[in-house]
Amino acid sequence: MKIVLDSKIPSGTVATKWTKYRQEMKLVNPANKRKFEIIVVGSGLAGASAAATLGELGYNVKCFCFQDSPRRAHSIAAQGGINAAKNYRNDGDSIYRLFYDTIKGGDFRAREANVHRLAEVSVNIIDQCVAQGVPFAREYGGLLDNRSFGGAQVSRTFYARGQTGQQLLLGAYQALSRQIHDGTVKMFSRTEMLDIVIIDGHAKGIITRDLVTGKTETHSADAVVLATGGYSPVFFLSTNAKGCNVTATFRAFKKGAYFANPCYTQIHPTCIPQSGDHQSKLTLMSESLRNDGRVWVPKKPGDTRHPNDIPENERDYYLERMYPSYGNLAPRDIASRAAKKVCDEGRGIGPNGRGVYLDFSDSIKRLGRDKIEERYGNLFEMYERITGENAYEQPMRIYPAPHYTMGGSWVDYELMSNIPGLFVIGEANFSDHGANRLGASALMQGLADGYFILPQTIAGYFATHRNGRYSSDHPEFRKAHEDVRARINKLLSINGKRTVTEFHRELGKLMWDDVGMARNRAGLQHALQRLPEIREEFWGNVNVLGSGDEFNSALEYAGRVADFLEFAELLAFDALHREESCGGHFREEYQTEDGEALRNDGQFAYVAAWEYKGMDQFPVLHKEPLIYEEVKMTQRSYK
Amino acid sequence: MAVSAQSLQPSRAGILSLIWRSSLGKKYVMAITGLGLFIFVIAHMLGNLQIYLGTDKINTYAETLKSTPALLWTVRIVLLVIVILHIIAGIQLALANRRARPQAYSNKKVVASTLADRTMLISGLIILAFIVFHLSHFTLGFVNPQYLHYVDSMGRHDVRRMMIIGFSNPFVSVFYIVSMGLLLLHLSHGVSSCFQSLGLRSTRTIGFFDKLAKVSALLVFLGNCSIPLAILAGILK
Amino acid sequence: MNLTLRVWRQKNADTPGKFVEYRANNISPDMSFLEMLDVVNEELIKRGEEQIAFDHDCREGICGSCGLVINGRAHGPLAATTTCQLHMRTFKDGDTIAVEPWRARPFPVIKDLVVDRNAFDRIIQSGGYISVSTGGAPDGNAIPIPKDDADKAMDAAQCIGCGACVAACKNASAMLFVAAKVSHLSLLPQGKIEQDRRVLNMVTRMDEEGFGNCTNIGSCEAVCPKQITLDNIARMNRLYMEALFKGILS
Repeated sequence: MKIVLDSKIPSGTVATKWTKYRQEMKLVNPANKRKFEIIVVGSGLAGASAAATLGELGYNVKCFCFQDSPRRAHSIAAQGGINAAKNYRNDGDSIYRLFYDTIKGGDFRAREANVHRLAEVSVNIIDQCVAQGVPFAREYGGLLDNRSFGGAQVSRTFYARGQTGQQLLLGAYQALSRQIHDGTVKMFSRTEMLDIVIIDGHAKGIITRDLVTGKTETHSADAVVLATGGYSPVFFLSTNAKGCNVTATFRAFKKGAYFANPCYTQIHPTCIPQSGDHQSKLTLMSESLRNDGRVWVPKKPGDTRHPNDIPENERDYYLERMYPSYGNLAPRDIASRAAKKVCDEGRGIGPNGRGVYLDFSDSIKRLGRDKIEERYGNLFEMYERITGENAYEQPMRIYPAPHYTMGGSWVDYELMSNIPGLFVIGEANFSDHGANRLGASALMQGLADGYFILPQTIAGYFATHRNGRYSSDHPEFRKAHEDVRARINKLLSINGKRTVTEFHRELGKLMWDDVGMARNRAGLQHALQRLPEIREEFWGNVNVLGSGDEFNSALEYAGRVADFLEFAELLAFDALHREESCGGHFREEYQTEDGEALRNDGQFAYVAAWEYKGMDQFPVLHKEPLIYEEVKMTQRSYK
Repeated sequence: MAVSAQSLQPSRAGILSLIWRSSLGKKYVMAITGLGLFIFVIAHMLGNLQIYLGTDKINTYAETLKSTPALLWTVRIVLLVIVILHIIAGIQLALANRRARPQAYSNKKVVASTLADRTMLISGLIILAFIVFHLSHFTLGFVNPQYLHYVDSMGRHDVRRMMIIGFSNPFVSVFYIVSMGLLLLHLSHGVSSCFQSLGLRSTRTIGFFDKLAKVSALLVFLGNCSIPLAILAGILK
Repeated sequence: MNLTLRVWRQKNADTPGKFVEYRANNISPDMSFLEMLDVVNEELIKRGEEQIAFDHDCREGICGSCGLVINGRAHGPLAATTTCQLHMRTFKDGDTIAVEPWRARPFPVIKDLVVDRNAFDRIIQSGGYISVSTGGAPDGNAIPIPKDDADKAMDAAQCIGCGACVAACKNASAMLFVAAKVSHLSLLPQGKIEQDRRVLNMVTRMDEEGFGNCTNIGSCEAVCPKQITLDNIARMNRLYMEALFKGILS
C-alpha cells in the first residue's frame, strides 16, 4: 500500500505550527478576492460561519442548504455547550490542557497539529460569538459562566441554557444574513447538492436539485467547500435530524475524495430510550445532565420495582464504581458501553430493558429544585413531553444512541481533501476528534473551521491555483448533470413494493446490531454480506411516487437512503479492517480484561483514508501515520 | 408602504412619513387618537351627568362652553381631526389585515381572543354612525331643529329640556343604549391595547391595564346609559 | 387508537387546495404527531397514493421546520409545544383532526402542508444582526452584562422562527417574530449600537412582505412553542418610536 497522503503539517513544535503557518501562508489581495467564487454546501455552524466569513473577506460565495432556511441546520439541536480554553475559572485550564484532553478523549487517533490549532482558536470563538450577541449564560457579576463536561476535569464549557447550538447557529446565521444583504453571499435554500464536478483533478462545481421546482442545475466555482455534517442516520434511529445525510461527502468519495475513519461513530450515552417500533428518531438529553445526575441500575437483574422504591444499597451506581475519579463524567464512549454492559447483564430498566436511570434526587436535595430547574429546566420539560414522566420526582430513563460521526472526508492541515479545491469542514471532515469526540467540542470545531481556519487556508489554494472557472457546458458538468438526472429517473421508474422508510429501517437495524456500539468480526462480515443484498433489493423493489419536476420529499429521501446503503458498506469495511478497539470503535475481540478498549498502536496508529474503486471492488486503503511529537500515547484511563 | 432600507438613514422626511406609512407608526396613530377620544368620552360623560344636579348646573356648563368659542372650536377641530385619523388608520389597518390572509382556516376560532378584539372594526363603524346621528340630533339640530331654540328661565339654551325630550323617544334611547354597549366593547379592548401599541404595557402591568380598560368602559356605559334610562323611567323630568 | 384526519392537500401554490379525509388506524399514544403522519404516509404509498408533504427535520422542537395548524390551533392543543413534540396521548380514540398549513399571504403554500417562510429570512437580512466581522472581537469578558439582561435577551433569542405566531394571528402579523429578534439584540450592550437602524429596517421589511398588523390580542404568545412574550412586542413598539424620534430630531 503506497502512502500518497500529504497532510501538509507545518514543521516546528506543536504549539508554534499554526503561528508559523499563518506567518508563511500565501495571501490573496483584497481586490482579487472578488474574482474568486466559492461554493459552500451546508449552512450549519461550519458552513454558515465559513460562508459569512468568506463573504466578509470579499469572496463571492454561493451557499446551499436543503432546509427551508439556513437557520435550521442540525447544529441548532446541540444542547450542552462549547469548550474554550479561557481559564476564566482559574482552575488550571490552558490551551495545552484542552489540546491534551481532546487528544486523549479521541483515544490518540487524532492529528496532533489540528487539535492544537483547534484549542488555540477556541478562545477567539467565544470572543467572536459574544460580539455577535450570542446570549451566553452569565454570573451575577456580569461575566461569562462555565460548566464542566465529560472527559475534562476543568470547567471550560460556555453555554446558553440548554440551547447553545441554537444560539451559536443563530449568531452564524445572522452573520450570514448580513452578507446575503450585502450581496457577497447568494443563498440557495431548499437546494440539495447531488454531485460534485471535478475538472482536471480540481473541484470546480456542483450539481444541485431545487427541492421546490425539482429543477436540476449546475453551479461552477473556483473552489467547493463541503460543510454537510455527519452520517449518523445510517443507523436509521439516531439523535440527528431526519434530513441529515451522507450524500455530499459520499458523492465526493465516489469522485475520488478519500473518506477517512468511517468506523469512528459516537454513541451518545444520554438519550431517551426507544418507546416502540414507530419511533422515527431518538432525542438526546444533554450530556451536561451528568454534572448533577447519577447513573444507576438495580443491583439484581430483572428488578421491576419503581425506581423510587429501590433502596440505596440495592442500586449500582456503576459509573462511579468503575471510574471513581471521573465517575458520572466519564467520556461518552465509555459511558455508553458501560450502559450496554449492564443492560446485557439483564439489569436494564424500562419497557424493553434497554435503559438506565439518571437520577437527580441527590442534587435536588443538595442544591434545591430551583437550581436544577434553572440549569436544566427545558431538558426536564422536553423529557416529560416525550415520556410523560416527571424527572424531578423520579429518575430519568436514558440509553445510548448514535449521535455524532468522527469519521469524514480526509483533509490535510489546510482542510483540503486530496482533490485540490475541495475543502471539507465541520463534522463532515475527519480531522479533530480522533476515535471519540468530547462533549462541547463539536460546536468548537465547526466554528473554528468556519470562522478562523478555512477562510485563511483557502487563500493558499487560490494563490497557487489560478485555473479559473469553467462554464456549465464543459463536458464534465454535462456528464455529471446527466448522471444526476438519470439516477432520479431510475428511482422514479422502479415502482416496486416497499417504501424508502422500510429500507432505511432495515439498514439501520442491521447497522445497529452488527456495526453499532460493540462490533466483532462475524457481525461485520454478516453486515458486509447483507448490505449488497439490501441494496440490490432497493434498486429493484423500492417505490418512489410522484415526479421529479416538483416538490417530492419521497424522492429526496430515496436518494439519501440509496447513498447510505452504499456508504454503510464502507463503514463496515473500515470497522472490520481496524483490528483494535479505540474510542467509539469497539471490537469485542480487542478488549482488556476488565472490558476496556484495547488499542493496537503498533499496527493501527494511522488514519485510514479510503479511495473509491467502484461499487464492485474493495476500496483502497491509504494510511496517514499518526506521529505524536508532543503527547505520549498512553492507555486511556478515567478511573 | 415600501420605503427602501437605504433611504431611511439620510432623509428626515422619510422617517417622518413612517409614522403614517409603517405598520407600527399607524398603530401609534390609532393609540394616541384612541386615548384622546377616550379622554373626551369621559369628559363628555362627566359634563352630561350634571343633568342630575338640576337645570341650572347643566345649562351653566353648556353656556360656559359656548361663551369661550376659542376653546370650544379648538377642541372641536382637534376632535374632528382625531376622529378622522382614527377612522382612516383603522380602516387601512383592517384592510391590510384582510389582505394578509387570503385563505381562511376551516376553524375560525382565534386563540386567546375575545369578542371585543374581534369586533373592533364593526363596533367602531357603528359607533361612527351613532356619532353622526348624535351630532345631528343634539349639536346641529338637523333631526329636531326646535331643540336648539329651547331657552331656560335665565335665557340660556335649555340643554336639560333638550335631553329629556330627546331621550323620551324610546327609539332614540334604545339606539343610544345599543351604541353605548358597542362603545363598552370597543373600549374594553381598545384602552389596554393603546398602551401596548405605545410600548407601555408589560407582563407585569397587563393585568392593571386590562382592568383599567374594562372598569372604565363599564363606568362610561353605566354613566351614559343612566341618563336615557332615568328619563324613560320618569326619574328625570 | 383510531383517528380520522382531514388533511389539506394542495399540489402547488397555483393550484387550489382542498381537504381530504384519511383514516389513521392502530396509532400508539406514544407516537408523536409527525410519527402518526409517517404511518399514514406509509399506508398511502402502499396504496399508490402520493404521501402528504410536511416540513420537519430535527423532531425535537428546536429547528423550527415543522408547523401544522391542528384543529385550528398552530402546533396543536398543547402550550409551549412544537408539532413534532406533540404526542398522540393528547388525543382521544375516535377523534377527527383537521390538519392545515400555516396560512398567510407572505407564506405561500409550496405543497400540501409545506409553506415558504423565506420572508422571515429576508426580515433578518434587513438588519437582524450585529455588524461585526470575524476577527478583532474584544475578549468575551471585556463587557460585563447584567445577568438579568442576558437572561431576558436569551428569553427572546429562543425563538425558533417556526412562524406559528403568524399562523395563529388573525391578521397574520409577524410582530412576535420580529420583536423577539429586535429585543434579543437590543437588550445586549453589543446590539445597542445599531438599535435604531435595525428596528427601522426590520419593520419596513416586515411591512413590505405583506404581514398584517398587531391588534394586541396575544394569539401569538399563546401558541409560541418557546413562550416568547408580548413584552417583546411592547419593547419593539418603544424602540421603534425612539428610533423615529431620534431620526426626526437628529
